[in-house]
Amino acid sequence: MSEVVWTTIRLAGLTTVLLLALATPLAWWLARNKSWWKEIIAAITALPIVLPPTVLGFYLLIALAPQSPLMAPFHALGIRTLNFTFTGLVIGSVIYSLPFAVQPIRNAFEAMGPRPMEVAATLRAGPLDAFLTVAVPMARKGYLAAAVLVFAHTVGEFGVVLMIGGAIPGKTQVVSTRIYQLVESMQFGQAHKLAAGLLAFAFAVLLALFLIERRTARTGL
Amino acid sequence: MSGAATVEGRFAGPLGAFSLDAGFSFPAKGLTALIGPSGSGKTTLLRCIAGLIRLPGALRVSGEVWQDAAAFLPPHRRAVGMVFQEASLLPHLTVAGNLAYGMKRAGTAQTIARDEVVEMLGLGPLLSRSTANLSGGERQRVAIGRALLSQPRLLLMDEPLAGLDAASKAEIAPYLERLHRALSIPVLYVSHDLAEVTRLADHVLVMGEGRVVEMRKGEPGQGEADASLAHLSAEDIRSLARAALKAGLKPQAGGS
Repeated sequence: MSEVVWTTIRLAGLTTVLLLALATPLAWWLARNKSWWKEIIAAITALPIVLPPTVLGFYLLIALAPQSPLMAPFHALGIRTLNFTFTGLVIGSVIYSLPFAVQPIRNAFEAMGPRPMEVAATLRAGPLDAFLTVAVPMARKGYLAAAVLVFAHTVGEFGVVLMIGGAIPGKTQVVSTRIYQLVESMQFGQAHKLAAGLLAFAFAVLLALFLIERRTARTGL
Repeated sequence: MSGAATVEGRFAGPLGAFSLDAGFSFPAKGLTALIGPSGSGKTTLLRCIAGLIRLPGALRVSGEVWQDAAAFLPPHRRAVGMVFQEASLLPHLTVAGNLAYGMKRAGTAQTIARDEVVEMLGLGPLLSRSTANLSGGERQRVAIGRALLSQPRLLLMDEPLAGLDAASKAEIAPYLERLHRALSIPVLYVSHDLAEVTRLADHVLVMGEGRVVEMRKGEPGQGEADASLAHLSAEDIRSLARAALKAGLKPQAGGS
């Protein structure tokens, strides 16, 4: 039981770290670009919100399969497929939770307006310097919200994980898929423990988010 | 006027519906007021000088090329200090952090000392404060100090008093006068309020409809206006007259 919790935490933690890094340039570009067609990219990144997880999982299953052209370059390295592996799960989770990272960070960058970056430029900060010392710290509330949402959303994911992970104990089995298996095999006692744990976790996350929101509204920080 | 002791340039080009065609030259010392009605392009010209807007043209500050046909220095490579109309302090830093931001990046030749600036602008009691609870006048003083400590060779001020109430204006005015006396770098000071700048200005540039229509020395209404009119076209003179009237200048009895 602790094994499945550890796999879940590892998956969610790794996904969160990767997504914050990945979403940063994308969110900045979406916040700063003025063309209308950037909304096409925005819509694509938001797709996982509305797609059924089984649809996403199905396409991922195909993309990570041995026959997939995306996997061809890795055959030389001895990697034929990423389906039913932890790495595959991380890739799936990153795509599945992408909108939950991009949206809050993009909003924070947009709320900032162009002025702080102009100020930084007239104070001799080059673009990257200004980005790291002004834009990112000013958007820290967006980063915090993104981190909490991505972590929680990854813990809560079921469909994608089941489709491409296969719930192999110790490798790709996470809490949500474990509960499903337990119920299928009528082990309600075990299922209760895990389900109650997830319920408490979800509540704690939302409470933390609302408290952050409240503090921000009060202090502006 | 030309050579090492001047700030001279020209920017021309469309910017949305607006079109700028501004040539200017002013001495690289003292305070030069840039006046004109709102919408005449004062802020746009300032942003071009800072490098925040890129329009075709040329700019030379004390002999150093900031922009010409071949080169364009981005804003962070220009030794320019900019005071925006809203103080635009960086909210995630304290007052001291704001002051240090440009100073840290200004390189080795620090001719404007932090202690002097803190003293001159009365910033001592504010240093450890967050920027959130400062008054309008305090914010603008911090913004001025921050710009000065980035060791500029040209200080640009875009209507720094425009957003302030009368009390804050009165509070900040003595600091500006002190600054004006103490500074060795040129200041280009934008205002649409003639009364605000006549006391301080050593030189005056008048803008109207995207053009610099007059450059002159000293008090408005005196000095070298006639000489600078000589090379202007009839259209220039018409827009100058419009700009001057809008800016609140009155025709003089018995003038040329």
